[in-house]
Amino acid sequence: MTPRLAGWLFVLPALAVYGVFVLRPLALVAQYSLYRWDGVGPSTWVGWDNYAAVLTDPDLRRPLVNALLLVVAFAGGPVVLGLALAVVVRPGPVLVLPQAVPPVAAGLAWSVLLSSTGAVNRALDAVGLGGVTRAWLGDSATALAAVGVIGAWALVGLCALLLSAGVRRLDPALYEAARLDGAGRWREFRAVTLPGVRREIGVCVVVTSLAALSSFDVVYVTTRGGPGGATAVPALEVFHLAFTQREVGLASALAVLLVVLVLGVVAPVLRWSR
Amino acid sequence: MKALVRAGLAVVTVLPLAELLVTALHPPGTYPPGLTWPQDPHWSNFALAFRSARVDRALASGAVVVLAVVPAVLVLAGLAGYGLARLPFPGRRVVSGLFLVGLVLPREAVVLPLYQQVRDLGLLDTTAGLALALIATHLPFAIVWMRAHFASAPAELADCARVDGAGPWAVLRRVHLPLAGDALRSLGLLLCVWTWNHLLFALVLVDDPLRRTAAGALDAFQGRWGTDVPLLCAGALLITAPVVAVLALAHHRFADALVRGVAVR
Repeated sequence: MTPRLAGWLFVLPALAVYGVFVLRPLALVAQYSLYRWDGVGPSTWVGWDNYAAVLTDPDLRRPLVNALLLVVAFAGGPVVLGLALAVVVRPGPVLVLPQAVPPVAAGLAWSVLLSSTGAVNRALDAVGLGGVTRAWLGDSATALAAVGVIGAWALVGLCALLLSAGVRRLDPALYEAARLDGAGRWREFRAVTLPGVRREIGVCVVVTSLAALSSFDVVYVTTRGGPGGATAVPALEVFHLAFTQREVGLASALAVLLVVLVLGVVAPVLRWSR
Repeated sequence: MKALVRAGLAVVTVLPLAELLVTALHPPGTYPPGLTWPQDPHWSNFALAFRSARVDRALASGAVVVLAVVPAVLVLAGLAGYGLARLPFPGRRVVSGLFLVGLVLPREAVVLPLYQQVRDLGLLDTTAGLALALIATHLPFAIVWMRAHFASAPAELADCARVDGAGPWAVLRRVHLPLAGDALRSLGLLLCVWTWNHLLFALVLVDDPLRRTAAGALDAFQGRWGTDVPLLCAGALLITAPVVAVLALAHHRFADALVRGVAVR
């Protein structure tokens, strides 16, 4: 046993399990995406047709558009709010609670909170906004935004903690220098804090975007992609196409596009924050 | 002002859990208005959910899956992380790259061929099949985590041991493992929570809701009592309780682990 190869022995068991259950399936998805297949019978080679269908059929394209909108909600809300909280208060660890609560339970709780007679609408009534009350998750105009709110609730605490760790690491001398230059609170934030936590912001955007692009649990529990496809997301659509509609080729093409989307969103952010 | 912001934050954070609790206390079969304390709290709903929906079996099954998944991931990731961090071997870069792909890969993207793989092995509807799928998809994160830990360990210790003629296995066991306890415990905590809460693979690989992960069982209650909101909430709360209990005991560790886990990426 040469020491040069000893490392392989340590990596091999993990690589074997990972290869069989992740890498090989990934290769198969790429292959399936080029065929029309119901998962059991014979398959037909269709080349790029599945991709063309996903990108041109409005019903199939909608999940991808929704996913990008959710990225804005899941990333934008928590990062901006988290940054504000990190600067203003020192967030306590209780904030990670939403990261531990099963998303299925959180989704159920939020569907009760957001129901037509729920607490959110009663609060709106109480402050004289009775006119805007509605079944937030059941109205196609607001359902996706409501899912975005649930996602933001789950992630804001994590972002606040990450960013606050970053803010605390900054050198106090930088703030001293800014103050000597006569900078106000806002200039100080823009010139010192923001550039100082660039890496943490990047990390937050990556984590929240990943959560948005692979959101399955919350949508599955609250809306099942409804009403009328308003909250259809790629993860749920792949599941439906593959297991209920038996459109293996379309499901796989959508899955490949989802992976491309993930890489397309994550790679630039990582490059920007390094 | 700061206290106000903090209080508001805490309220919003626990709001959904509070909603689950007060809703679960209303009479079964009613559709309670949100966030109101019932006239006569039906604490019996929890017992009802436990008995009629066999939440007890769902919880036991969830625990079995956690026990099948987490130790296996810790062992495999510990070995692989050590190999990647401490034992330079040809092809190490490629292997690292392959695991990095898994770090950002949505599970949904591979769920169909993974289902076929488990089916072909004859493991559909078994704890083993579900556990293998979860072990494989947890590995990338766990390996990156353990590799970061072993890479930061002081080199002098291992050098001393190696001078004494210890091989890589002995160095891992006698030098590195005693120092890795904390990293393994934090990683284990994250993996327990994630496994307990996991839905997708449970839904796809196991038909019987009482033999899934804890989160996977909740989906079955929705089918059973689709409209009985109080009982649904009672079930959801019973499934959430163990996680909240763990968090109450180790919330600092959990918070640190989350932050470190994100930074590791």
